[in-house]
Amino acid sequence: MTVVYEKTKGLTEKQTHYCPGCTHGVIHKLVGEVLVELGILGKTVGVAPVGCSVLAYDYFNCDMHEAAHGRAPAVATGIKRVLPDHAVFTYQGDGDLASIGTAEIVHAAHRGEKFTTIFVNNAIYGMTGGQMAPTTLIGQKATTSPYGRSVADAGMPLRVSEMLATIDGAVFVERVSVHDVPNIRKAKKAIKKAFEVQMEGKGFGIVEVLSTCPTNWGISPIESLSWLKENMIPYYPLGNFRTPEEGK
Amino acid sequence: MAKMLMKGNEAIGAAAIQAGCKFFFGYPITPQNELPEYMSRELPKIEGGAFVQAESEVAAINMIYGAAGAGARCMTSSSSPGMALKQEGISYIAGAELPAVIVNISRGGPGLGGIQPSQADYFQSTRGGGNGDYRHLVYAPASLQEAVDLVMEAFDVADYYRNPVIVLGDGMIGQMMEPVEFKKSNGRELPAKDWATTGTKEERTPNIINSLALDPAKLEEHNRKLTRKYKEIEKNEVRHEDYKTEDADVVIVAYGTTARIARNAVDALREEGIKAGMMRPITLWPFPEAAIQKVTHTAKALLSVEMSEGQMVEDVRLANEGKLPVHFYGRSGGMIPSPDEIADKVKEIIGGVK
Amino acid sequence: MAKGKVHFDDDKCKGCELCTTVCPVNIVLMDKERINAKGYHPATVKEMEKCIGCTNCAMICPDSVITVEREK
Repeated sequence: MTVVYEKTKGLTEKQTHYCPGCTHGVIHKLVGEVLVELGILGKTVGVAPVGCSVLAYDYFNCDMHEAAHGRAPAVATGIKRVLPDHAVFTYQGDGDLASIGTAEIVHAAHRGEKFTTIFVNNAIYGMTGGQMAPTTLIGQKATTSPYGRSVADAGMPLRVSEMLATIDGAVFVERVSVHDVPNIRKAKKAIKKAFEVQMEGKGFGIVEVLSTCPTNWGISPIESLSWLKENMIPYYPLGNFRTPEEGK
Repeated sequence: MAKMLMKGNEAIGAAAIQAGCKFFFGYPITPQNELPEYMSRELPKIEGGAFVQAESEVAAINMIYGAAGAGARCMTSSSSPGMALKQEGISYIAGAELPAVIVNISRGGPGLGGIQPSQADYFQSTRGGGNGDYRHLVYAPASLQEAVDLVMEAFDVADYYRNPVIVLGDGMIGQMMEPVEFKKSNGRELPAKDWATTGTKEERTPNIINSLALDPAKLEEHNRKLTRKYKEIEKNEVRHEDYKTEDADVVIVAYGTTARIARNAVDALREEGIKAGMMRPITLWPFPEAAIQKVTHTAKALLSVEMSEGQMVEDVRLANEGKLPVHFYGRSGGMIPSPDEIADKVKEIIGGVK
Repeated sequence: MAKGKVHFDDDKCKGCELCTTVCPVNIVLMDKERINAKGYHPATVKEMEKCIGCTNCAMICPDSVITVEREK
């Protein structure tokens, strides 16, 4: 018998603080595996956000920065300009990236900064206790939308990938999900491609990963997988929005 | 090196490059625009150097957080309202103990204020507009040569203490022209940046640039470590200039451009037989408390002159420890005090203390 | 069908049960008789001889609990 799957060296030995069944852990593994498979772990610098993944700097087995809320793309810009031959990535949630950090993500993409963003969309603010995010679905209850998100008060949920795909500098934009194994495989492929695009110096790449939040959605981890599939994917369609070939 | 006639903002940029600064992240705001413009011209000529015009001051300071964490000498500049936006990042940079040089060519406030010279950012600079227990050095040059010297020194000091350093010049420092020369640094022995995020090469454990400490005991320990560092800075880095203070009855306390005007007032008063002097803080934090305490033994009154409604005067009072009467004269909003106005204020005080 | 074997790093398991939903031969279950160091019923496999080493359970595990071996 040979080992065909084991914990990636791209992650540290530290156990994550994520709630049971939260798919942040799955996404962390994919990033770690990709860094190892591409042989770039030793020359990667990651940037953690504020939000549930604020402690990501303890989990990725590479040099890390912990950024202020939403500012990870600016921090990554500074790092990448100093270390143009290194791999640089930001790992950001939807409160961080799609709300407080919209200016930073839009302009990093707009400048075509050569780093990779892993954008985890779970349609809610997790760490602060389940408040409404720009990505919260219509009718979805959150602690600051107790009657369900209404269009009149909060507008329609923000589709980040579609928005960024309109920017020339964003050469790789793909939305994936991790609610089942075939989708986890596709997610990994997209993350790998995004890092390859970066290492080839082609421009900014982002992978939006639909993810679960059993705790704040108030359902079990298994129910969360179906909730994601049935509610999030119809509004946030999976697929590639931009590749470097298109960008040429 | 021969002296060159340069505009303040450009001289500051040239000094930074002389000091090994290869990265500049900025956002346009008057009256500091010539500095990023200069850097956008010069940095691309340097191998590995880069200028980035950020989308905001918030982004620019966070680019500094990234670049400084990756081990580079880097700089950003702004003016008062822009500096307000940078405070978040400055707090993180101080918390994560990163070296960086930040220039504020200040203007009148509050709010959008005006674009003329002002010293109303004294509180913002010395108290820190960001959250938490942190401090940073604040240099306040009064001439372009001093601005050049202090900017070069600032990079060494920042690296030495792993701390942000602010160079605070008012709009006049940024806009005027004076001859400057670029001297070698004083050769402070600087520690290696073995904490920088330059990639583990899979040969060492990851370096982490961070200001988060959820365990209160650890955060307090970190705060106390920072405090010890700030005490070291207070001990080693205070700078000031005394001008005719030995026998002065009234000692004017003034910094930056205002000190140049106050110096003229001192000379004019001396010609009239009035014994005035001036103590000029060169570091606003740490504040030259000892220099104030020294003159309290010989002078009869202190007069803080500022281009503000009275900010540094609070530090003058604190350092004076109630020994002498402390007076204030200020102009604000971009209005500049004249030597005559200052002299008249001194005469008024003399009348009072006789 | 390939023959596989899975190993659970029991004390890292948070009992989320995601691994039980992706096993093509339905052998991953929660061990209701045991409680791990974190206080959860950990995931386990009783009928290991049925395992085909597909890695599905390990891939969806958010906590890197599962190591998979397979016969060539």
